[in-house]
Amino acid sequence: MDEAATENRKYPPGCHPDLPPPGIAAGPLLWIKDNLFGSATNVVLTFLAAYFLWLSIPPLLEWAFFDAAFTGESRKACKAQAPGACWAFIQNRFELFVYGFYPRPERWRVDLSFILLMVALTPVLWEKVPQRAKLLLFSCAYPFVAGWLLTGGLGLKPVGTDQFGGILLTLVIGITGISFSLPIGIVLALGRQSRMPVPRILCVAFIEFIRGVPLITLLFVASAMLSYFLPPGTNFNLLLRVLIMVTLFASGYMAEVIRGGLQAIPAGQYEAAQSMGLGYWKAMRLIVLPQALKISIPGIVNTFIALYKDTTLVIIIGLLDPLGIGRSSLADSKWQGLSTEVYIFVAVFFFISCFGMSRYALYLERKLDTGHKR
Amino acid sequence: MASEATTTATSDDPNALLRLWRNKEARSVIIQVFTLAVLFAFLAFIIGNAVQNLARLGKTFSFTFMLEPASYDINQRLIEYTSRDNHLRAMFVGILNTALVAGCGIVLATILGFIFGVLRLSKNWLINRLVYCFIEFTRNVPILLHILLVHGLIVHIMPVPRDAWDVGEAVFLTNRGVIMPKPIFEDGFIWTSLAFAVAIVFAWGFRRWAKKAQDATGKTYPVFLVGLAAIIGLPILVLFVSGLPLSWEIPALGGFNFRGGLVMRPEFLALWLALSFYTSAYIAEIVRAGILAVDWGQTEAAYAIGIGPSRTLRLIVIPQALRVIIPPLTSQYLNLTKNSSLAIAIGYMDIVATIGGISLMQTGKEMETMIIVLSIYLCFSLVISSFMNWYNKKIKLVER
Amino acid sequence: MSEAVNDPIIEINGMHKWFGRFHVLKDINLDVKQAERIVVCGPSGSGKSTLIRCINRLEEHQRGRIVVDGIELTNDLKNIDAIRREVGMVFQHFNLFPHLTVIENLTLGPIWVRRTPRKEAEESAMKYLERVKIPEQAEKFPGQLSGGQQQRVAIARALINDPALVLADEATGNLDSATAVEILDLFDELHAEGKTILLVTHEAQVGERAENVLRLADGRIAEVERRNGGRS
Repeated sequence: MDEAATENRKYPPGCHPDLPPPGIAAGPLLWIKDNLFGSATNVVLTFLAAYFLWLSIPPLLEWAFFDAAFTGESRKACKAQAPGACWAFIQNRFELFVYGFYPRPERWRVDLSFILLMVALTPVLWEKVPQRAKLLLFSCAYPFVAGWLLTGGLGLKPVGTDQFGGILLTLVIGITGISFSLPIGIVLALGRQSRMPVPRILCVAFIEFIRGVPLITLLFVASAMLSYFLPPGTNFNLLLRVLIMVTLFASGYMAEVIRGGLQAIPAGQYEAAQSMGLGYWKAMRLIVLPQALKISIPGIVNTFIALYKDTTLVIIIGLLDPLGIGRSSLADSKWQGLSTEVYIFVAVFFFISCFGMSRYALYLERKLDTGHKR
Repeated sequence: MASEATTTATSDDPNALLRLWRNKEARSVIIQVFTLAVLFAFLAFIIGNAVQNLARLGKTFSFTFMLEPASYDINQRLIEYTSRDNHLRAMFVGILNTALVAGCGIVLATILGFIFGVLRLSKNWLINRLVYCFIEFTRNVPILLHILLVHGLIVHIMPVPRDAWDVGEAVFLTNRGVIMPKPIFEDGFIWTSLAFAVAIVFAWGFRRWAKKAQDATGKTYPVFLVGLAAIIGLPILVLFVSGLPLSWEIPALGGFNFRGGLVMRPEFLALWLALSFYTSAYIAEIVRAGILAVDWGQTEAAYAIGIGPSRTLRLIVIPQALRVIIPPLTSQYLNLTKNSSLAIAIGYMDIVATIGGISLMQTGKEMETMIIVLSIYLCFSLVISSFMNWYNKKIKLVER
Repeated sequence: MSEAVNDPIIEINGMHKWFGRFHVLKDINLDVKQAERIVVCGPSGSGKSTLIRCINRLEEHQRGRIVVDGIELTNDLKNIDAIRREVGMVFQHFNLFPHLTVIENLTLGPIWVRRTPRKEAEESAMKYLERVKIPEQAEKFPGQLSGGQQQRVAIARALINDPALVLADEATGNLDSATAVEILDLFDELHAEGKTILLVTHEAQVGERAENVLRLADGRIAEVERRNGGRS
């Protein structure tokens, strides 16, 4: 009616009014038409997808939530309550999942380490933090502070590392790996770019070796072979050996991330620093590395996420991270036969933490991208 | 740095060594010599420790144990092996098992990855989001968990052989694995294999001829269809003509398990499926990024000169997309091969489980077996990386 | 197509186009005669690129009629292919195919669309390369050429089907002013040979060289200036 009227009216040039588009008025109906039923193949795909969801989601929800038991003392108790999944082991063994076998009276030390971790991360991940330089110093000292807090000695009751487990173990391995691999990775990346053949060849050989072998083989080296290379009589505990190999492993990948960051800095930066009279190390420390590290932060976060996922491998050499705690629960006669629930629980735990971290890494990448656009 | 060279001539420096340090070339030599010295000292230290520790434990460092009988069975193997064979042969069984699961994994992961990558670009919101959820869930859960979950599902959810789920009374799914008919190739089958080889040569030759014909006359020929028809049709034709020299050993339930047929054990199945789905999530993202990387203007320019959508895809978009896709794709292949080492968690006998697992435990030769395992994986990685470097150089876009 | 020389080569009647809810082109009425040269000017966002991209169906119009060289522009694929054969397009970012050599860029259309034998296609391509004055670049890849040379190749590629109409979407937008002048001179020569040229630009210097200027504002035709025969 309206449209036909305006179509037939003649307007002087430059005066035609804005009109709404023809066809379905915009809004949810148009969105549905475009995105779900746009073409013949799309219609088929939509129905197939809907059918697949209809087949899979309701039974899954029933099993996992509606028919599931969340409390109880054993699998038998669960089954008596509800036919679906048995999640009671979570509540029952929750402390094991989080603290491992850490002695209960000393657990405040674990909590304190975690809080201090948040404090140490703040200046690294956010730029507009007051007193950033001082806080960064604390961040550098944090691994040692946390190490003292967790293992004891010097006034705190010693706690053996064989009592570490669960999320505590995952974080200890992950954070130690990343924080110590950062300086090693920087040295490797700089060495790889060096014009002197000896450091370059050594760094390339090390990096390619690390990236060519699976982590599990290095963990086997840690548990079986490493003690041979230590002076006779000394004995490093298993966790320390694992930390050494994990750190070396992470530094290989970290070196590549930092190399990418170094390559993103225009050559002019280094030349400008040199023409100001700064030597190689001063130029690196004051001009090149700060910029390279800032660009590398998303890559560093991604390396951390990968390392965090790889910590599950320690169950193969006998350390008990959340997956290991889960499996040890299965060995307990109270919870036997619940492997599906246990693995799904650990999977969901990892999914939530990794997904959260990767979203954050994406946000960082976007923020840094706009920051560097000229 | 040019000014540095001139300072060496001044007589102000009392110390000759300091003068040498200021000289750039000399300094670099000094640093390198120093680095090498430190490295050798370190190596001497740790090797010395190793020699001492080995002596203390009464162990020797030698590889002769490889020729001694292994004394353990391997349940899944591609070549003949018994417990009387030596460790060297056990190692080969392990290598072949790794190659098998890695090869099958690469094939399935690539197929799934490309499908998911293209679906992820679909305008259909439902499909797009479904694939997105799958990719995010898969990538954010550690691979070991995927392997254990799939293995657990197979072992606990699948029925016992007596109640097996069957597909057409020939393929059976049980918690002891998937059992399929085993093809038995009789003598006459050689003709069918020959026919297959001939068909491939013919398809390739036809392609070359069609290209020359197009250059000469401008006419196009249906190369893909003709080639496909030949490769599928000719062997089947020969198969029938030579009297069907192919029979099947159908698995039959005998006692508690099936007898006969081809068995895919749960360990292999779980590892293969978990590795494939995990890697396909990463490949999907790589494929999606590759296709998006081709500027839309390329497609528009092709349309503007009258080239249709499917030819545009084939001649313009896909060649450019593949250049972006192939390097990270080969990285993922390498990751899959390395991740296959987690086979030890579910008992699949790969390199780590044979030579780095049971052989290690039985002989106590930790250093030697670990060196062997590390070297094998390094070889795999070097081969895959060299291929990637060669391929990259070959297809590089020529620029100023 | 077979019409009298005085029939317009482009007829647009009551054309409207929307991008989603945004009414980008409003009531476009335009006739372009053969061998005319028109420069389409207007501020950024006025719809000038969209207008000429509708002519070779890189964009679809929702209402109205577009007739190019006697063929009406509808969803019929045969019509679209026929029209694209009669229309050549030059882009602001050149859009040359980087994995093919210059000569392969030019022969792609003739070989796959008109099924010309390769030798014939290459001879024809060399002729056009000489026309745009860069025959020695035939075996190079686009990545090895300068901006001006790439645009010349793009123009040769647009001409390879011997179209009656050439559309140029900000063809000098990515070039420095000296090179831009060379490219505009090339368009002048093509116009002198009898081709119809439609140039889209937001630069003033391009508009000054033309006899016919179409000014767009806010999706509407604000002014049509025909320096040969008065304003409208």
